[in-house]
Amino acid sequence: MELTLWTYEGPPHVGAMRIASSMKDIHYVLHAPQGDTYADLLFTMIERRGQRPPVTYTTFQARDLGGDTAELVKKNIKEAVERFKPKTLLVGESCTAELIQDQPGALAKGMGFDMPIVNLELPAYSKKENWGASETFYQLTRTLLKEKVSSSEKISPLRWKELGRRPKVNILGPSLLGFRCRDDVIEIQRILSEQGIDTNVVAPLGASPDDIERLIDAEINICLYPEIAEASCEWLKRNFGMEYTNTIPIGIKNTIEFINEVHKKLDLPLTNKEELENKSKLPWYSKSVDSNYLTGKRVFIFGDGTHAIAAAKIAKEELGFEVVGLGTYSREMARQVRATAKDLNVEALITNNYLEVEDAMKKAAPELVLGTQMERHSAKRLGIPCSVISTPMHVQDVPARYSPQMGWEGANVIFDDWVHPLMMGLEEHLIDMFKHDFEFVDGHQSHLGHTATNTNNILNSDEKKEKNSKEGIIWTESGRAELTKVPFFVRGKVKTNTEKYAILRGIPEISDETLYDAKAYFN
Amino acid sequence: MSKVEFNKETGPREVFCGLTSIVWLHRRMPDAFFLVVGSRTCAHLIQSAAGVMIFAEPRFGTAILEEKDLAGLADAHEELDRVVNDLIARRPEIKTLFLVGSCPSEVIKLDLATVAEKLNKRFLGQVRFVNYSGSGIETTFTQGEDGALKALIPLMESSNEEKLLLVGTLANNVEDRFKKIFKNLGISNIESFPPRQSTELPKIGKNTKVLLTQPYLSDTVRDLKHRGCEIISAPFPLGIEGSTEWFLAAAKAFKINELKVHEILSPLINRAKLALESHKEILKGKRLFLLPESQLEISLARFLHNECEMDLVEVGTPYLNKDLMKEEINLLPDNTKIVEGQHVEKQLDRVRESNPDLVVCGMGLANPLEAEGISTKWSIEMVFSPIHGIDQAADLAGLFSKPLRRNQILTTKTLVTH
Ligand code: SF4
Ligand code: SF4
Repeated sequence: MELTLWTYEGPPHVGAMRIASSMKDIHYVLHAPQGDTYADLLFTMIERRGQRPPVTYTTFQARDLGGDTAELVKKNIKEAVERFKPKTLLVGESCTAELIQDQPGALAKGMGFDMPIVNLELPAYSKKENWGASETFYQLTRTLLKEKVSSSEKISPLRWKELGRRPKVNILGPSLLGFRCRDDVIEIQRILSEQGIDTNVVAPLGASPDDIERLIDAEINICLYPEIAEASCEWLKRNFGMEYTNTIPIGIKNTIEFINEVHKKLDLPLTNKEELENKSKLPWYSKSVDSNYLTGKRVFIFGDGTHAIAAAKIAKEELGFEVVGLGTYSREMARQVRATAKDLNVEALITNNYLEVEDAMKKAAPELVLGTQMERHSAKRLGIPCSVISTPMHVQDVPARYSPQMGWEGANVIFDDWVHPLMMGLEEHLIDMFKHDFEFVDGHQSHLGHTATNTNNILNSDEKKEKNSKEGIIWTESGRAELTKVPFFVRGKVKTNTEKYAILRGIPEISDETLYDAKAYFN
Repeated sequence: MSKVEFNKETGPREVFCGLTSIVWLHRRMPDAFFLVVGSRTCAHLIQSAAGVMIFAEPRFGTAILEEKDLAGLADAHEELDRVVNDLIARRPEIKTLFLVGSCPSEVIKLDLATVAEKLNKRFLGQVRFVNYSGSGIETTFTQGEDGALKALIPLMESSNEEKLLLVGTLANNVEDRFKKIFKNLGISNIESFPPRQSTELPKIGKNTKVLLTQPYLSDTVRDLKHRGCEIISAPFPLGIEGSTEWFLAAAKAFKINELKVHEILSPLINRAKLALESHKEILKGKRLFLLPESQLEISLARFLHNECEMDLVEVGTPYLNKDLMKEEINLLPDNTKIVEGQHVEKQLDRVRESNPDLVVCGMGLANPLEAEGISTKWSIEMVFSPIHGIDQAADLAGLFSKPLRRNQILTTKTLVTH
C-alpha cells in the first residue's frame, strides 16, 4: 500500500482514455463503476473540450456483482457500437473491474463485430497513466498494422528519393492532456515544412484508425513524446525498419539538434546554422542587458521526464541559470533524468511523493521553481515564484493563445513564462507600498507573495478599517462577524455597499441584519 | 401526493461516487482525516473532484492498493496498519480517522470495520477510528456523507435533553443564521451534525428532534430513529417556500405558535422576495432540465418552478427516497417528470430533443452541452455554495440566472470547440 495525498499520474485506463479521446472514429468501452466517470471532466474541464470523451462506462453496481456482470458488459458494448459506429473499438477495464475478471475484451471479440477490436489489458495495481497511454497507442498501432507486417519490405529513410517526392514523416506521441501538445504539433509541422519535409500522419492527436494504417507511407517517425510514442516507434522500427528520432525539440539548442537529426536520417542538406539560430528571440532576449539579473538564478526542476530534462538544459545553457534540483515522477525515464542530473552536479529526485519534492525544494532554496501544478502549490506555500512546465496541469495551463513549448516559438514562450514570475520583484515592491490602500484586501495579492505574514498584515489593516468607517458609522460585533464570513474577494464590495446603504437609511450602527438588508437592496 | 410521474432508468451513468463527499466533509471537521482505502483511480478522483484547489496539505489521502495487497488479505491488513501508523505520526493533530471503503476494497472484501476496531484499541484516547463506504458500486456523490454520518452515530452519547438537531453539512455562515433564527423563535438548544469538530458529537435521545438540512441522508435518518430521535418531516430549506415550511415544521415540533414564526420570518421573506425579483425576470418561463447528481434536484426543481417560475422538463435524481422527499414532492407542480437513476445517453437524447434553456449537470457534461448551444449549471456548486435559507434564496436563484444572463450577453449559440 502506498499512501498518497496527491498523485502526479492517474490510473492506466485514464492513459487509454487520452488516446481514445485524441483520436477520431474510435470508441472505448470501459468496464467500470459509475464513479470512474469523473475522468471525463479532465478532458471537458482542464482541456475545455466541447465533446465528451468517446467512452462508454458499463457502470456496474454492487447488486450486479452477484449476477452476471458479463451480460452487462455485452449489453453496453452492443449499445455503444450501435450508437457510435466506431471504426475501431477499444475494450478495457478499470481497477475494480480488473478484480472481477470478466475479461470484457475477450467478450467483445466473441460478439461478431466486423471492426478491429483492441483488447486492452492495463494492470491497474502496478502501472500508471503514461504507461497506459503508451500501451494503448502501441496496441492500437499493432492491431491495425499487423497484417501488413509480412507483406511489406523494410522502409528506407531514403525512399522519398526513389519515389521522387518530398520526404514524409509521422509525428507520434501528442495527445490530449499532454503538456501544450496541440501547439507543439503546429510548430513542429511548420519547421519541418520549411525544411522541405511533409507530415504524413500526426497521431494519436487528431488521427483516425485509417491514418494509423497509413503510418508506413512515411519514411521516418518523429518520436515527439517518448512517454507515449516510444513503444510504438520501436515496434514500427522492428517490423517495418522505420527509423525514429531521439531529440526532443524543446529549447534552441535541442531544436537545432532535432533538425540536424532529421536531416541526417533523411539525407537532406541542412539550412545554414546562423539562420536557424535567429528564428527565435530567446537567444537575443537572453543576451540583452536586461537579462543580466538572470545570471546564476537558482532553479529547481520537477516534472515528467521529457520536460524536466529539456528544462534543465535550457535553464543552464540558454538562460544562464543554476540548476539546484532536478527530478521526475516518470519512473520509466529515471535513467535519463539521472544522467542529466549527474552532468549538472545535482542528485536526481525520482519520486511520486509531492511532499518529498516540497522538502527537496525547501532544502535547495531556489529562486524559481519549474514544476507541475503541484509544485506550483508547494512553491506558493514557500513564497517562491513558479512556472508550470509539465503535466499534471491546471486549466490555466491550457491557454487560449498559441503557446507551444517546442521549436522557435516554444523557446519564446519559455523565455516569457519562466522569466516573468521573476520580474515581479518590482510588482512585489509596489504591493508592499500600497498594501494599506483600500483596493488591497487579502485577495488582491500578487500570485507570488502568498505567504502567511503577508496575509496577516492585510487582514489586520482590513480590520482596523472596519472599526472606523469614514462616515462615523459603527460596525457592531454581529455586523463585523457577519462581514468576515463573506468571501474575501467580495468582502470589500459588500462592506462599501452596506455602509452606503446605512448612510442612505440613516442607520448609525451596522448589524448583521443591516448587512443582509443592504445585500437584498443592492441585489 | 400530486400527480408526479415517476420513472426509473438504468444504464451507463455519469455521476461521481460517494468518495466525493470527502471534499466538503474534511472542511467541515478540520480535526478529522479521511483515508480512502482504494486504488489510484480513487486517489485521482478526489483530487480531480476537489479541483486542483488544495492550498495546504489536505486532510484526506488514499492508501493505494498494490499487487501484493491483492494477493493476501492478511498482508493488506498489515499494510494498512503501517500506513495508519505513519499517518498518525505525521499528523498528531488528527482526532478522528475515517477509513473509507472503495469499490476495490469492497470487492476484495477488505474488512475495514475489523481494522478500525483493532486500531481503536491501540490508539485509545488519542484517535478514534470509524469506517464507512464511499464506493461507486454502492453510493453516488452525496451519499458518501450519509455513510460518514451514519458511522458516527454509534459514537454519540445518549441524553434525554430536549434539543433540535440539524443534520447535514451546511456552510458555517448559513448554520449561524439558522441558529440565530431558531433562537428568535424560542428554540435555544440547537446542535449540528456533523459538528464543526469531529470530537464534539452531539448527544442524542428520545427528546432529540431531528431536522434535516440535506435530502441525501436516508441511512443516517434511519439510525437516528433507532436511537429514539424524532424526525421532523419537512421540505428542505432551499428557497423561501422550502425554508419557511422547514422553520414551521420545527416550530410545530416544539409547540411554538405559528403566528410567531410568521412574525419573525416575514421581514426576511419580504426582503428575500425583493432580492429574488431580478433573477426571476430572467428565469421566468425558461425550461429547465436537471440531470441526476446530488439528490438536491427535486428541491431545486421545486424552488425554481414555484418561486422563479421556470418550467420543468425533467427532474433527474440518482436515488429517490420517496419517504424523505414526500413533502417536497407534494409541492411540485402536477405532471412533473421525475427520473430516478440514469442512462446518460438516452437522457442526453432527451435533452437535445427538448432543447431546454438550462441544464443542471455534472462537470463532465457541462462543456459538451455548452458547445451544443445549451446553457448549463454545474450541480457540484450546490454542495459548495451557501444556498440554504431564506436569506440565500436570491443567491441560489443567481446560480441559475447567471448562465442565462451570460448567454444573453454572448449571443453566439454554437461554437467551434477545440
Ligand atoms: S467508483 Fe469506486 S473505484 Fe472509482 S473512484 Fe469511486 S470508489 Fe474508487
Ligand atoms: S491557487 Fe491559483 S494556481 Fe492554484 S489552483 Fe487555485 S487558481 Fe490555480
